[in-house]
Amino acid sequence: MTQASTTLPLVEQFQYGLDAPICLTWELTYACNLACVHCLSSSGRRDPRELTTAECRAVIDELERMQVFYVNIGGGEPTVRPDFWDLVDYATAHRVGVKFSTNGIKITPERAESLAASDYVDVQISLDGATAEVNDKIRGPGSYGTALRAMRNLAQAGFTGFKISVVVTRQNAGQLDDFMAIAERFGAQLRLTRLRPSGRGADVWDELHPTASQQRQLYDWLVARGEQVLTGDSFFHLAGYGDPLPGLNLCGAGRVVCLIDPVGDVYACPFAIHENFLAGNVRGPGGFAAVWRDSELFAGLRRPQTGGACQSCSAYDSCRGGCMAAKFFTGLPLDGPDPECVKGHGERALAAAGGAPVPRPFGNHSHRSRPVPVTIGRRPAGPGPVRHRPDRACDENPLAGFRP
Amino acid sequence: MSTDAPPRAESFDLDRPWQLHPQVSVRPERFGALLYHFGTRRLSFLKSPALLTVVKTLGDAPSAREACRRAGLAQAELPAYATALQTLASSQMIRPREDA
Repeated sequence: MTQASTTLPLVEQFQYGLDAPICLTWELTYACNLACVHCLSSSGRRDPRELTTAECRAVIDELERMQVFYVNIGGGEPTVRPDFWDLVDYATAHRVGVKFSTNGIKITPERAESLAASDYVDVQISLDGATAEVNDKIRGPGSYGTALRAMRNLAQAGFTGFKISVVVTRQNAGQLDDFMAIAERFGAQLRLTRLRPSGRGADVWDELHPTASQQRQLYDWLVARGEQVLTGDSFFHLAGYGDPLPGLNLCGAGRVVCLIDPVGDVYACPFAIHENFLAGNVRGPGGFAAVWRDSELFAGLRRPQTGGACQSCSAYDSCRGGCMAAKFFTGLPLDGPDPECVKGHGERALAAAGGAPVPRPFGNHSHRSRPVPVTIGRRPAGPGPVRHRPDRACDENPLAGFRP
Repeated sequence: MSTDAPPRAESFDLDRPWQLHPQVSVRPERFGALLYHFGTRRLSFLKSPALLTVVKTLGDAPSAREACRRAGLAQAELPAYATALQTLASSQMIRPREDA
């Protein structure tokens, strides 16, 4: 990075927020053809209040004025919106780059050709198992085949460097090399992100989140791969092991990133869909820019945070207390340890809480009737299939891989 | 988006004309600026307002040295700025300009 001056470190600058987000996540619809068990946004059914095409264009106009370089578009499955490709074209024509996450359902050979022709569009295919067996238990029957077909189409169209995005779980943590091999086979880049207890993920987090030893192996594996593998700054809580991973190693919520949901609600981050993190709505006076600049919630996040119980820990300077959303949805205090704290403080805090009630994710657009195909891992047959449904193009993580 | 490549070892040629890459967007910030390259999908940071002035001046100046002078930099500051510019060159944020 450029080092010409002795100004404050960038990370400190970022903690006080920027005039506009560096990038933001925009979930265009809650509709989805899948029903992944860990869907962050509890997607499935479209919400009748979703932004219209004209409203989406107005948001893009604002992003252009604010010089937001690119948006991470997700959902739901964004490509099922009939105006999706038009909105992508509109954004890129206005110099707002697009990276969209998809399960691959609409990535036909023809579509892959047109995507390969644009410099301003990047594609991220979600895959949560290196084999159909592991993937389809999370994402639903046939979803592995759909994703691989999309990858094949992109590769054949000459789209190099598209992303394969994996949410690391207890079931796939042993497949990292296999994911790498799939990425190499298609000329793609691997991106690993963290499982959050958000949306339907709250229901499955206990059984799906990596064990402490898997977490350690993941960290070592990532350190060895350096910048070859993207993480969207998702694993900064692992910096407590020693060296930080590439990235800002900072929670960017409300400071450098945020989420716009399908109905225009603006949240501090994609993993925090809950009224406590709701900053406003793009339909309000002043639009998105006013929410970003004037929201009291965001102003609070931009003030110096206290480390609370973590302050005296030797790792605090590296992990900064971990992920706000992960703490919130597991019922831990926001100034306490991350539930997956590498020093084990989170586990102890969870054990001490003894299963006390935790905040519930806000809103649920899960399919009502479709049976969930999954029994995850060793879950006893007793509780039966999870009531809400899976899906969504799952990862949208906020900070794509910068480093200060 | 990927991250920056490490700067190359060679030194920066202050005496030739340079320009911002046409696919790069610049967004001024209090600390300097954010740069985003739409082709490489990389983000960079300019950590001082003076460096932002240099970068914005490059395309109109006959040399990078002249752009630095117009930005009001002292001679002693040039080596640090040359290093910063080299980092930008190696990530294709700026590129040599072929003048007639």
